[in-house]
Amino acid sequence: MALPAFAIYSFLYLYPSISNLWNSTKRWDGVLPPEFIGARNFTYLATNDDLFLKVVGNNFRFAFVVVILQTTFSLLFATFLLNNTKTTIFLRVVYFFPTILSSVSVGLIWLFLYNPNYGLINATAKSIGIMKEPGINWLGDGRYALYAIAITQVWFHTGQMVVIYVAGLQQIPAELYEAAEVDGASRWQQFKSITWPMALPTTAVVVAYTTIQSFRAFDLVYAMTQGGPNNASDVLVTLIYNTAFASYKFGYASAQSVLLVVTVLLITWLQRRTLRVNYGDR
Amino acid sequence: MLYKSTKNILLTAFAFIVLIPCSIVVLGTFKTDAEIYSTPLSLPKSWTLNNFRTLFDSGGLITPFKNSVIVSVSSVFITLILASMAAYAIARSITISGKILFFLFTLGLAIPGQVNIIPIYVLFVKLHLNNSLLGLVLVNIALTLPISIFILSSFFKDLSREMFEAASIDGAGHWRTFRSIALPLCRPAMGATGIFLFVICWNDLLYPLMLISELSKKTLPLILIDYRGEYFSSFSMLFTAIFVASIPMVVMYLFFQKSFIAGITAGAVKG
Repeated sequence: MALPAFAIYSFLYLYPSISNLWNSTKRWDGVLPPEFIGARNFTYLATNDDLFLKVVGNNFRFAFVVVILQTTFSLLFATFLLNNTKTTIFLRVVYFFPTILSSVSVGLIWLFLYNPNYGLINATAKSIGIMKEPGINWLGDGRYALYAIAITQVWFHTGQMVVIYVAGLQQIPAELYEAAEVDGASRWQQFKSITWPMALPTTAVVVAYTTIQSFRAFDLVYAMTQGGPNNASDVLVTLIYNTAFASYKFGYASAQSVLLVVTVLLITWLQRRTLRVNYGDR
Repeated sequence: MLYKSTKNILLTAFAFIVLIPCSIVVLGTFKTDAEIYSTPLSLPKSWTLNNFRTLFDSGGLITPFKNSVIVSVSSVFITLILASMAAYAIARSITISGKILFFLFTLGLAIPGQVNIIPIYVLFVKLHLNNSLLGLVLVNIALTLPISIFILSSFFKDLSREMFEAASIDGAGHWRTFRSIALPLCRPAMGATGIFLFVICWNDLLYPLMLISELSKKTLPLILIDYRGEYFSSFSMLFTAIFVASIPMVVMYLFFQKSFIAGITAGAVKG
């Protein structure tokens, strides 16, 4: 009964993943027959390609900002929305809402908010006097573009992480909080000594998921800046896409893909290991 | 007291942060460009459907909408059938081959689907599956099978063994047990998984962008990207297109919030 699923899966998922490895050893423009060049794509990537290093740096910075902000906000809101009342359920539904939109729609909406002339962010900042004319060009300025997209990503997916955290925090026995209350522990002490340690397995899941999402990011970047200006907001998948379909370096793009897979596998492995070391294998 | 007021302020503030951009889009569909730029958050001076009329008169949105529906519905439907069959076989199997199969499918969870763009492109050009909705359906199925099998097989494993043994004593074969016992019991799990898959397929950009160049085969996210260039300074058009593209998801979300949240979250945690 597993046969039809396995046939499609191996033909259109496993086989392409393996042929990626093979393609990464070729010089290949997608038209002429590929030529075997061994590990030269990889040595070039590691030693000669400043753009690649810049994009790897971008992707790590993007992941870092998104992970820190998204995890902090979602843990904070989850502790606020822990009990199931009409209001908390309603707020969870509201917070979750952006998750169902497409990345392209979200990107275009934020294109408006970030617009330097009439966008909501600059217009508000100017009217309350914390920004001078002509205002910051969030997506057009290489210093801000990557972080502006990271903020959009946080807006997009915090609600989803809130729901994951709420499910995790609701597993914590209420007696712990009651006992702490009796002992006169403050809110902050309760959070520090009960919520945070007990929520660590959930935090590991949230952090790993968010990190991997950040290394898979494509749609939002493509919709908002297409990696610009001057590759300032390029991430790995947009770079791979452009290397293959704008510069027609199929072999070289395959080598970049292989490095992306290695990165993602490393993160997954680290997460599994952290969980196993601290909490046993469940 | 301080804790309570801080909490309420933060919760309300974030609700506004989520809702304001969405309201700008909804209100913007009834406004002119000048109105959107000068007063994005106020109610339109006169409620007109001009934006919708302009967009639909150009005929640009109807075909992509249809394409998105065809691709998403058939991808989800076929994936659910194939995944539930495979998940059932894996969950009920006691042999080593079941374990190997499960391992191979979970491999697909670890390897990001984005890295397969080049081999898939080369393969699909060879098979003439580029610029075809069938090609998109096949890609969607392959990309979502691992996660679907993962979710569904954990569900099948939780069903009690005795029930299946009773069925086989009564002379029911594998197929019969699957159809009459396993499938009806896992309807909620199938529903949640289906919604999760639908959101992925409806919103996907990368594979359509790479495989589809003919206008008549484009899906909604692709058309939105085209509009970004075409209507660059006309957010009334962009907002109206975003509104139309989001309607199916929003309506479904209003009716099935619980399954949406359960499905998307399960997919995220397990993936």
